Amino acid sequence: MDIIICIKHVPETAEAEIKIDSSGKAIEKTGLVFDINEWDDYVLEEAVRIKEKFGGTVTAITVNTEEANRTLRKCLARGADKAIRLTDAKFEGSDGYAIAKILHSVIKDLPFDLVLTGVLASDDGYTMVGSILAELLGISHSTMVKKIEFVNGVARVNRELEGGLEEIVEVKLPAVLTIQTGINEPRYVSIMGIRKAMKKEIKVLSLADTGLCESEVGEAGSWLKVEELFIPPVEKHAEFFRGTPEGIAAKIAELLKSRGLI
Amino acid sequence: MKDIFVLAEHRKGQIRDITFEMLTKGEELAENTNTHLTAILLGKDVKKYAKTLSKYAEKVLLIEDVKFENFNSETYQKTLSELINKKKPLVTFIGHTSYGLDLAPSLATELNLPLATDCIDVKFNGETLVVTRQMYGGKVNVKATIRKSKSYIITVRQATFTAKKPTMNGEIIEIASPLSEETSKKRFIKYLLPSSGDIDITAADILVSIGRGIKDVNNKPIVEELAKTLGGVLACSRPIVDKGWLSSDRQVGTSGKTVKPKLYFAIGISGAFQHILGMKNSDLIIAINKDPNAPIFNFANYGVVDDLFKIVPALKEKIIELKSVRTQS
Repeated sequence: MDIIICIKHVPETAEAEIKIDSSGKAIEKTGLVFDINEWDDYVLEEAVRIKEKFGGTVTAITVNTEEANRTLRKCLARGADKAIRLTDAKFEGSDGYAIAKILHSVIKDLPFDLVLTGVLASDDGYTMVGSILAELLGISHSTMVKKIEFVNGVARVNRELEGGLEEIVEVKLPAVLTIQTGINEPRYVSIMGIRKAMKKEIKVLSLADTGLCESEVGEAGSWLKVEELFIPPVEKHAEFFRGTPEGIAAKIAELLKSRGLI
Repeated sequence: MKDIFVLAEHRKGQIRDITFEMLTKGEELAENTNTHLTAILLGKDVKKYAKTLSKYAEKVLLIEDVKFENFNSETYQKTLSELINKKKPLVTFIGHTSYGLDLAPSLATELNLPLATDCIDVKFNGETLVVTRQMYGGKVNVKATIRKSKSYIITVRQATFTAKKPTMNGEIIEIASPLSEETSKKRFIKYLLPSSGDIDITAADILVSIGRGIKDVNNKPIVEELAKTLGGVLACSRPIVDKGWLSSDRQVGTSGKTVKPKLYFAIGISGAFQHILGMKNSDLIIAINKDPNAPIFNFANYGVVDDLFKIVPALKEKIIELKSVRTQS
């Protein structure tokens, strides 16, 4: 089974303090650690597991600057066979739609049975690239996938619905599946994997290689244009306990006691 | 006159809340743009839902087909693309739910209409449609403008708008299903109900909930001891279940359980909206997180910006101390 995985190199922000930069349209990136998008970590693992079971290849593709090589190397080290990076200054300002068009321009000419993407990326959270890509490729898709099995040329997937409910859906191959976190347990990179990955080539393509014109990518080719970033307005803010850990602990304990919770 | 479409979402015999929330926003937009608020209902034997929806919208377009018995993005897309092409609604609202996000992006692509996903606000600024969305797990809001179009598609975040009140008496218009006999490439098989675990976190008075901030599964006992001391139950946010550190019956949030304990401790949880929706109605919320701007502090009653590994053990000791004083007296 030949699998294409679309991955993204993003700043880790779940545990970090975020500041908006002077342009007002992006966050301050300095000091942030970049890594593979959390969803894509599971995408990579799922693709490699399918390859290990059924044979075939895994090709990792990203639209980003050279910075993303680190994430592509991680993919190669964990079992991807090929890596493609689409890099062009003209791609800047692309929303999920433009990114999907850029990915499509390359994927349409590659052999594949399955395309896997994350449900969303932790930075802009569009939740759209996978299913747009499927529509552009003229194939089926399923989103929020938590389990994949293959039965007679059909992918049988568990989709996550709300409140712990799931549904089982069958999708004809080739198809695009968007992967939800928790579908597997991503492996660690092995030393041998890193060594092997260093030798592999990362293919770099630019706008000219995609066959797309300038107006189809970047801000011009996007549905959405970012105007302004701001910290969410606060309606009700927590009252903070400050002091030494012991002092804070005493205040919380008193509060709990006063509420009859101890 | 143009319409504002709101796609009714229903599952297992119920119209889902997001439908009424979208109708709230839809009504506001319809008033401001002099358009008709129109609910779109696809289903099998759903006339009674149409009746309900008619109290919330000026019109209900009802399309019944046996193929709509269970949600399938392909049958929905085929039907909606015809309907939108024909009626050219100004805006089509779809829930940013497991159904909506399976449907909206491919629908928009097929129709070549601009789509904005997971919106928490939508309004026209003159001729321009402006949306507010969130980035970086809810730590940042973004205001974005949508490419000019005759028709737009918007997916709306759950629990963002208050559900509309039934104030209307709309007309129900039945439309023939455009679906042919050809089989879909996608097929619904069945639902899988959540497994009932050993513990029911929705029944607990005190929940001590852990998130990504605990960093390592080996740190779990530190918080577990606090829960035990308080006579509470350990719960968690999604990443903890994804990592396999706790079972899914302990998960609080949209894809887990909705809880309303007397005390909710959020420890190392930044507060993505999916988690917030599951716990915001707790009587007392105390959050411990090292990021002072973590969204959890906008919902907590009390907060501590510090290292949880210092605060949690100290708190446990303090509670033991208080308890022993009480026992002695």
